[in-house]
Amino acid sequence: MAQPAAWRHRMAERGVDWQLLLLGPATICVLGLFVYPFCYGVGLSLQPEGGDVLASYRRFFTDAYERDTIWTTLRLALPAALFNVLASVPIACRMRGRFRGRRALTTLLVIPITLGTVLTAEGLLNYFGPTGWFNRILLSTGIVDTPVRLTNNVTGVMLSLVITGFPFAFLLIGSYLAGIDPALERAAATLGAGGWQRFWRITLPLLAPGLATTFCLTFVLAFSVFPSAVLVGDPAGTTRVISIAAYHAAYEAYDYSLASAIAVIMGVIELIILAAVLGWRSLLYTGSTRGKG
Amino acid sequence: MSGDSQRFTRLRLEGVTRRFSGTAALSGVSLTIEQGEFIALLGPSGCGKSTALNCIAGLLPLSEGSIWLDDSRLDTLPPQRRGFGMVFQNYALFPHLSVRRNVAFGLQMRRLPRGEIRQRVDAALRLVRLADQADKLPGQLSGGQQQRVAIARAVVIEPSLVLMDEPLSNLDAKLRLEMRTEIRRLHQSLGLTTIYVTHDQEEALSLADRLVVLRAGRVQQVGGPEDLHTRPANPHVADFMGYRNLLPMVAGPRGGATVLVEGGGLRWHGTPVGDINPGQAVVAAARPEDVRITDPGDPSAVPAAVEVVEYQGREVAIEARCARGTLLHLRADRRYAPGCPVAVTVDPERLLVFPAGAGNGEEP
Ligand SMILES: Nc1ncnc2c1ncn2[C@@H]1O[C@H](COP(=O)(O)OP(=O)(O)OP(=O)(O)O)[C@@H](O)[C@H]1O
Ligand SMILES: [Mg+2]
Repeated sequence: MAQPAAWRHRMAERGVDWQLLLLGPATICVLGLFVYPFCYGVGLSLQPEGGDVLASYRRFFTDAYERDTIWTTLRLALPAALFNVLASVPIACRMRGRFRGRRALTTLLVIPITLGTVLTAEGLLNYFGPTGWFNRILLSTGIVDTPVRLTNNVTGVMLSLVITGFPFAFLLIGSYLAGIDPALERAAATLGAGGWQRFWRITLPLLAPGLATTFCLTFVLAFSVFPSAVLVGDPAGTTRVISIAAYHAAYEAYDYSLASAIAVIMGVIELIILAAVLGWRSLLYTGSTRGKG
Repeated sequence: MSGDSQRFTRLRLEGVTRRFSGTAALSGVSLTIEQGEFIALLGPSGCGKSTALNCIAGLLPLSEGSIWLDDSRLDTLPPQRRGFGMVFQNYALFPHLSVRRNVAFGLQMRRLPRGEIRQRVDAALRLVRLADQADKLPGQLSGGQQQRVAIARAVVIEPSLVLMDEPLSNLDAKLRLEMRTEIRRLHQSLGLTTIYVTHDQEEALSLADRLVVLRAGRVQQVGGPEDLHTRPANPHVADFMGYRNLLPMVAGPRGGATVLVEGGGLRWHGTPVGDINPGQAVVAAARPEDVRITDPGDPSAVPAAVEVVEYQGREVAIEARCARGTLLHLRADRRYAPGCPVAVTVDPERLLVFPAGAGNGEEP
C-alpha cells in the first residue's frame, strides 16, 4: 500500500505535481492584489452613470477624439518597440565575446534604465529643446537657420521611448544571444558560410523567438507611455495617447466608468498585439540552441 | 568560391604556436601532411589537439608561425574560404535544422543544384546509416546518431581536408569499431586527406598512416604505427603507447646492443634508446604483454608476488609486486591466485631504456 514514490510517479504521469501546492500563498496574493482590482475595474466599466451596460465603451468608440488615441498610441509604441529590437540585434551581436572595455560599454548602454522617464524627459527638453545645445550647435554651424523642433511633439516622445526601452531590449537580446552555442557559427563557417549567411541561417532563426519575446516586452512598456507623452510630447494633440485619455476621464471628468472602460480597451489591444506576435513565435523553432542535443 | 574540389599535394605547418593569455597551448608545431594521408593527432587530454585542429580550420588565429597549402599561405584565410570539413568534438549540429538540412548546409553554401544536393545528402546519410532519421531534428537523436550526422555533414562536401575531433568518443564499443572501419573505408574510397584527433592509441594505430604524438603543446614524435608502437622516442610517448611499466633505474655497463639496468630489486638487460652511459639514471619501459612469467631457474628471472588478477577474455592481466616494492604490470595465459609467488622476466629487445628526463626539455 505505502509506496509513495510509485504513487507520486503515477500522479506525475498524469501531470499532477503536488509540490505546486506550495505556490498557494503566492496565488492568493496575486488574486487579492491583481485579479480582484482587475475584476472591479471591469465591473466599474460596465456601470456607467447613465445608459446601458456598454454605454462607456460606446462613448469611447463614437467620440473620434477619444477613439484616435488608440492610433496615436500604436503609432508611437509599435515603431519604438520595433526600433529597439532591431537596433539591439547588431549591437548585441557585435558585443559578444570578450574584449577590452566591454563592461564599460555595456554600462553606458544600459544606464538609461536607472534614470527614470522624468529625468530622461528633462534631459531631452534641455538638450533637444529649441534653445538646447543640439539646436545651438546646428544654428552656429549654419546647418539650419531656425531651430529644429524635436521636443513637444511625436519625435520627442519617440526619443524618450527609445532611450528608456533600448536598454531592456539590448540586455534581453544579449542574454538570448549568449545562450546560442558559438560552435554553431564556427561549424557554419567551416561549411563555407560567410558572415551574413551565418547570421541569416543560423543566428537569426535561433534568436527569433527571443526577438519576439523582447518585442512584446518593449511594446508593453511603450504602450502604457504616460510621463514622456506629457513631458516631452504634445499631450493635447499629436501625442494624446490612450493613457492620457484614461487619466482625463478619471481625474478631470471624474467619470470612473469611462476611465475603466479605456483601461480595459488598452488591455485588450495589448493582448491582441501580444497574441499576434506570440502566435507567430509559436511557428518558429523554439528548442535548444546548443549544438549538442 | 571555396575550393571543395581544390586538390593540393602538401599541407605544411611551420612553427605553429597558439597562446591563450600567455600560456602556450601549442608551441612550435611543424608538420607536413601529404595529399591523401590519414594523420592521427594523439595525446592526453589538454595537450592541444583541439587547438591544433582549430588553427588548421581557421577558427583560431595563430600566435606565431604559418600554415601553407602547397605554395599559398593558408593561415590568413577565414575558415569559409578554406573548404575543409570539420567534425567538432561536441558535434555543433544546427539544432533548428533537420538532419537532412544539416547535411545539405555545406552544399547549399556552394550553390549546387537542388537535385545534386538531394542525391549527395541521401548518399551521405546512407553512408552513416541514418537514412531513416533524415527528417528528425538533432535534439531527437541519440548521441551516437548525432555524431554520425556531424560526420556526414563534414564529408558530404568532399573537402580537400577533413578534420575530425574525437568523432567516435561518444559511441558504444561496438558502434565505435564499426564506425572506425567506416571512416577508414571512407578515407580509402574518397581519398580524403584526414587529420584525426584522438586520445585512444588503439584507434590511432588502427586508422592512421602516420601518428603525431603531442604533449603539452609540443610534438613528441611523428611516425608510422609500427614505429610508435615498437620504438617510442621518449618515456612520455612510451607511456602513451601502452608501456605501462615505467621503471626508474640506473644504467650499468653496456654489452653489445643491450645495456644492463638495475633498480627496485630488478636487474635486467634492455635496449638503449639514445645515449646511455654507465651510472646514468634511466627509465626502463615495457608493455604488460612483454613481461612474462617464467621458470624460477631463468638467470634474468625476478621473484614477485601476484597482487591483483583481472580476467580479460583470452588472457589475464596481473599486477605483481617485487621484493623491493616495485609494481609490475604483466599478462599471463592462466589465472594465478593472489599472493602466489611467480618469477617474471622481459626480453632485452622488449625493454626500452631511455635517459631519465628525455622528452621533458625543449625538443628531444
Ligand atoms: N579558449 C581558451 N582559453 C584559454 N585556454 C584554452 C582555451 N582553449 C583551450 N585552452 C587551453 O589550451 C590547452 C589545450 O586545449 P585543447 O582543447 O586543445 O586540448 P585537447 O588536447 O583537445 O584536450 P581534450 O582531449 O580534452 O579535448 C588546455 O590546457 C586548455 O586549458
Ligand atoms: Mg579536444
